[in-house]
Amino acid sequence: MAVAEAQRLEALRAGDEEAFAALVREYNPSLVRVARMYVSSQAAAEEVAQETWLGVLNGLDRFEGRSSLKTWIFRILTNIAKTRAVREGRTLPFSALQDPARVPEAAVDADRFLDSEHPRWPGHWAVKPVAWPEDALVAAETRERLAEAIEALPATQRAVISLRDIEGWSSEEVRNALDLSETNQRVLLHRARSKVRAALESYLEQA
Amino acid sequence: MTVDVEQLSCQELVELVTDYLEGALSAEDAGRFEDHIGRCGACAIYVEQIRVTIALTGRLTPESLSPQAERELLEAFRGWRSA
Repeated sequence: MAVAEAQRLEALRAGDEEAFAALVREYNPSLVRVARMYVSSQAAAEEVAQETWLGVLNGLDRFEGRSSLKTWIFRILTNIAKTRAVREGRTLPFSALQDPARVPEAAVDADRFLDSEHPRWPGHWAVKPVAWPEDALVAAETRERLAEAIEALPATQRAVISLRDIEGWSSEEVRNALDLSETNQRVLLHRARSKVRAALESYLEQA
Repeated sequence: MTVDVEQLSCQELVELVTDYLEGALSAEDAGRFEDHIGRCGACAIYVEQIRVTIALTGRLTPESLSPQAERELLEAFRGWRSA
């Protein structure tokens, strides 16, 4: 176990409230995002996260550090979220999680390209992307559109892009927390980023 | 073997961007990808837009916990500590 993690665990076990508050602040947003893959509403996801923290407290003395604290916390979350999803009568997102590649999805609409039979330029851009104006990129409204585009993604894609690109997790951490294969993590990230780019493009074109 | 860069169309390239950025392409495919970008201004813009998208997403702040939820959790922590 890393020294920082061992110290953190010691502080938690000694009842250091600030250590617990810091842990909650660090991981709660991600817990809620991951929970949203399993349950039907934001409110339910927040409840699952709350329950997870209670589970963390219950298990803290037994945690042996064989995995990282983060991985352990997300495993508790996944168990609680799955139980809750079953109770809600929801289909677990596993089929979608296990093989998103089975349902093809284009990063860019096919009608943006010349068709594959084109005599000279098959598959080349018909409607080319144009460079975005720099000043629009820093505008508050662009940021809002970006947040909306992420919010509109299917839950699994939203979880992956949020953890990778907002929270800055590594692909390995995301794979462990969401129980995804390397390929599927990448497919979900690819679709999410492609859609968010497309949303920004359509907004910036009108602006 | 010489790599035929024409084999990679723009439509194929946009599907490889994440694999490229994640370092998941073979050396040969990464080379084809880069050759294409070098010759195709539209695809260079596309890849730059993906990079900008990632950077802008990284500036969004994680949602914070409501003060009430945080209070409840800290109370639970105090209860756990004194148990």
